[in-house]
Amino acid sequence: MIKVEGLTKRYARTVAVDNISFEVEKGGIVGFLGPNGAGKTTTMRVLTCFLPPTSGSANVAGFDVLENPLEVKKRIGYLPESPPLYPEMEVQEYLTFVGRLKGISSADVGRRVNEVSERCAVGDVQTKLIGKLSKGYRQRVGLAQAIIHNPEVLILDEPTSGLDPKQIIETRELIRGLAGDHTIILSTHILSEIEHSCDKVIIISHGKLVATDTVANLTNRLRGSEAVALEVDAGLPEAEVRSRLEQVAGVSRVMYKESRDGRHIFEVESLQGRSIRADLARAVVNAGWNLNELRTVGLSLETIFLQLTASESKSATKTAAATPEPGGSH
Amino acid sequence: MKNVWIICQKELKSYFASPIAYLLMAIFAVIFGFFFYSATAFFVMRGMESQMMGRGQPMDVNEWVIRPLLSNASVIALFLIPMITMRLYAEEKRSGTMELLLTSPIRDIEIILGKFIASLIMFSCVIGVSALDLAALFAYGKPDWKPILVGYLGLLLQGGALIAIGTFISTTTKNQIIAGGATFAVCLMLWVLDWVSSYEQAAWAKVVSYLSVVQHFEPFSKGVIDTKDVVFFASMIFFGLFLTARSMESLRWRA
Repeated sequence: MIKVEGLTKRYARTVAVDNISFEVEKGGIVGFLGPNGAGKTTTMRVLTCFLPPTSGSANVAGFDVLENPLEVKKRIGYLPESPPLYPEMEVQEYLTFVGRLKGISSADVGRRVNEVSERCAVGDVQTKLIGKLSKGYRQRVGLAQAIIHNPEVLILDEPTSGLDPKQIIETRELIRGLAGDHTIILSTHILSEIEHSCDKVIIISHGKLVATDTVANLTNRLRGSEAVALEVDAGLPEAEVRSRLEQVAGVSRVMYKESRDGRHIFEVESLQGRSIRADLARAVVNAGWNLNELRTVGLSLETIFLQLTASESKSATKTAAATPEPGGSH
Repeated sequence: MKNVWIICQKELKSYFASPIAYLLMAIFAVIFGFFFYSATAFFVMRGMESQMMGRGQPMDVNEWVIRPLLSNASVIALFLIPMITMRLYAEEKRSGTMELLLTSPIRDIEIILGKFIASLIMFSCVIGVSALDLAALFAYGKPDWKPILVGYLGLLLQGGALIAIGTFISTTTKNQIIAGGATFAVCLMLWVLDWVSSYEQAAWAKVVSYLSVVQHFEPFSKGVIDTKDVVFFASMIFFGLFLTARSMESLRWRA
């Protein structure tokens, strides 16, 4: 459905997207994961024909974005990071405008507006001014706008950003419900987002493709490594405590966070497949220090990137070929 | 063509959904009304004077009232056009709706024409207010209506030319104030350019004063349609919209 080959987008001073290739099958939900500034939005903008690529090609639903932009645009629904809304319009008026813009005939547009309003749960605010809507409603109007012409491909740029937890859950369910009819690409910098909604994940960082994999494989790869937050009351300088912690078996990295009233807070990461909590606790107690807190924290996205980039460069599979690596290959 | 109309309709709605349309019409009504009152009062006074002096020559309403009024209207329009064009693209760029337009199956030229036509209609509504005043002249006298129509045609052409330029300026910024201010400066320059011809006869002065919109509007206010003036305004419209199209294109490459 979507085929991207060697896509590069260069701005005046920076390279936003550097030689990315990937493919997306029909009907799936693909997560586009990366920290802010990784090039997610730029890639999406190329796919929606908003930006032309510097080099490489992108093909959506059989049409090239440079050669046949009108055909591509007809088949794409796009929700940018901030929904493109006109505050002075009523919801119904706005959806009608977008529907007409996307090529729906004036006879059908009313029916479609009602359908998508129903689907995105904005039916009750149809006659309200968009400017007066809450953030959650605006996001849903944005989503309704993206699916109004029943596009084959749906591109959503951080669809849940800025929403409250309840709205996030509702939006996720909505997106899940849209899968099947549409091929969906959604971008996010939140890992759990991907786990909840996506079948496949494409990870990029600093404009480069880091990994393409199924969500299940990705979680496998990362399983076994844990991160532990630790608060120690030692009465010693931070460096001494730290060097002691680094000696514990199975510890790969100790990060110093902060100190409060002589208590030090660290974040400790384990090697792949090692459980270090018990050993850490023992080490602290044996040293005669007070262990104030010890809890498992999820691996931060940054850590995951570090791990992935490290493993990728080791195995030298930088290309998009989704070759799932067995877990614990580090 | 259908897409042009969709964009045009949307723009017109947003003009009339906000106070801007009514504000512009009100400003124009008040200022033009004042000029109208002054011109008519002066005309009546002169008319009575010449009758008392015994020189019973009939005075021409077209010559004495309508012609200066149309010239005034063209100058007022100069000041109002920045307010019509400044939001056209700057606002879409700021609020991110540009992304919606540019990712919809619609050509750039259709967006440009739709917006241009909408602002031209908006402008017609503004200057149309003056027709109410002129109607009063028909109620009490017999002015010739043909030069008036030609005058309005001139206003539309001049307005179209300035709107095309304002449209281009609006595509270059996200800030409405900057778009409005720059457009105003350009309009003002195009108005005063022909002043150089009053003290300079060199070739460059002729070229500079040729660019002045006032010089090309003058014949219209007299009821004369001169091809060279029509060509001037038409080419300004084309040039402005051409620059707009280029600017939209560069938006894609830079944004």
